[in-house]
Amino acid sequence: MIRDITLGQYYPADSVLHKLDPRTKLIGTVAFIVSLFLFKNWPGYAAATAFLAAVIVLSRVPFRYMIKGLKAIIILLLITVIFNMFIVPGEVLWDFGLVKVTREGLSQAGFMAVRLIYLIIGSSIMTLTTTPNDLTDGLERVLGPLKLLRVPVHEIAMMMSIALRFIPILLEETDKIMKAQMARGADFENGNLIQRARNMVPLLVPLFISAFRRASDLAMAMEARCYRGGEGRTKMKPLLYEKRDYLAYALLIGYLVLVWLIARHF
Amino acid sequence: MKIEHLNYIYAENTAYQMQALKDINLTIEDGEFIGLIGHTGSGKSTLTQHLNGLLRATDGRILFNGENIYEKDYDMRKLRAKVGLVFQYPEHQLFEVDVLSDVCFGPKNQGLSGEETAARAKEALRLTGISEDLYHWSPFDLSGGQKRRVAIAGVLAMEPEILILDEPTAGLDPRGRDEILGLIAKLHEEKHITVILVSHSMEDVARYVERIIVMNRGEVLFDDAPKAVFAHYQKLEQVGLAAPQVTYVVNRLKERGLPVRTDVTTVEEARDAILEALRQGKSPDKAGGSV
Repeated sequence: MIRDITLGQYYPADSVLHKLDPRTKLIGTVAFIVSLFLFKNWPGYAAATAFLAAVIVLSRVPFRYMIKGLKAIIILLLITVIFNMFIVPGEVLWDFGLVKVTREGLSQAGFMAVRLIYLIIGSSIMTLTTTPNDLTDGLERVLGPLKLLRVPVHEIAMMMSIALRFIPILLEETDKIMKAQMARGADFENGNLIQRARNMVPLLVPLFISAFRRASDLAMAMEARCYRGGEGRTKMKPLLYEKRDYLAYALLIGYLVLVWLIARHF
Repeated sequence: MKIEHLNYIYAENTAYQMQALKDINLTIEDGEFIGLIGHTGSGKSTLTQHLNGLLRATDGRILFNGENIYEKDYDMRKLRAKVGLVFQYPEHQLFEVDVLSDVCFGPKNQGLSGEETAARAKEALRLTGISEDLYHWSPFDLSGGQKRRVAIAGVLAMEPEILILDEPTAGLDPRGRDEILGLIAKLHEEKHITVILVSHSMEDVARYVERIIVMNRGEVLFDDAPKAVFAHYQKLEQVGLAAPQVTYVVNRLKERGLPVRTDVTTVEEARDAILEALRQGKSPDKAGGSV
């Protein structure tokens, strides 16, 4: 039940995309997201769809997994679609008195929905094909220049990697605690809102206690190994670009140029 | 309780898919004291979670007192009160402000009255040897052994017919371990409840149980009396388990020519068997000398 959450989850597989340098994937994902907002017409969407489809096939991650991430944004998606449908002015299709549905509104709602879906799928492909450790390593390097502006890049990356690392651990712990309490007759599924909130206490108290204990254990273990932040820290496996990364960048630039051309000429 | 052709596939249709249980068939009689043994990942914990309906089998069925627990209108909460499962870490279930109210959680969920709940909790705490002056302590201030006792009391207060304990001795020192195991044996004797003791240590269970079920890779490898199971000590080693130390001692003695009985499971039995062999052996001095 709880294990269904895929956000930030890595899916192991042997694909080109998994092997790419995390920096390539990070920059590629950001570029793809930006590209989604460059155009407003069918050819642009066709290009983005083709690009995304190619990436999905290359990733060798089951499509179901990417769709799962969408569940989290269904509400946001609905609100966006509804607002666009009713608010955008233009040629009226249906008139409900107070609100009107316009042709422009309908098409904009459709485009916005597609954009949001692509955005989520695009970023879940990145997290599905990159281990959390690689991801934060990549992030630290990509954001490296910000250090000049006194942004604590290393610390942010470290916090992110710890947070990501603990998601599965805490999920598993939640699962175990739920089972231990269900074995004593606890009920997490029935009852009204207040009852349900009260029923969560036997779950939350052990969970928080365990999270605090883990945090203090981890802090102790880091200190025992002389962790003092990023200053002068070296990597066992430094990130290195390979041929496939340059190829990926070339393809990415090709896609961006195509989108740019479409946006200008259509 | 009857388990018939039970199969469980973990995370079906994903990259993490794994068959955790393969065609398990077992019958557990009332009042039995069973040791469920297996290496880490052998499926022993998965199996116990099926017995009280926390996990649902992919295939097969479980009959409890003749009723199929996968029947549509079967009351799982009732089942969980009847089949009490104590998990490995007491930290996963202790949450209340004091010991007594934590033990009351189970019976309260059964819908019992306040008085009856308190009576049951006090009885459970008495059985597990928690003295009254600890009733109003915070469960988090207790020692490891005490926490475990309170956790066991928390399940015992529901008055289960079957008590399953998942690695009740993990993380305890030898003394705490002996106390907990002694306590469980006492419960079995006094209350006549069926006990299933899950462990990866033969040494722990050999002394107490009447029947041992050995699991390996999701299958039942052996299901027999301890003496009969330990006779397969070489096979046990192959699957990453070990028979009690004394089994090795008596087997080595026999190899060296001492006519000793090898079906011993505890140190005391081994001592008696060796003494007996020394006394009765045709040339005890020679046999003794070669050891």
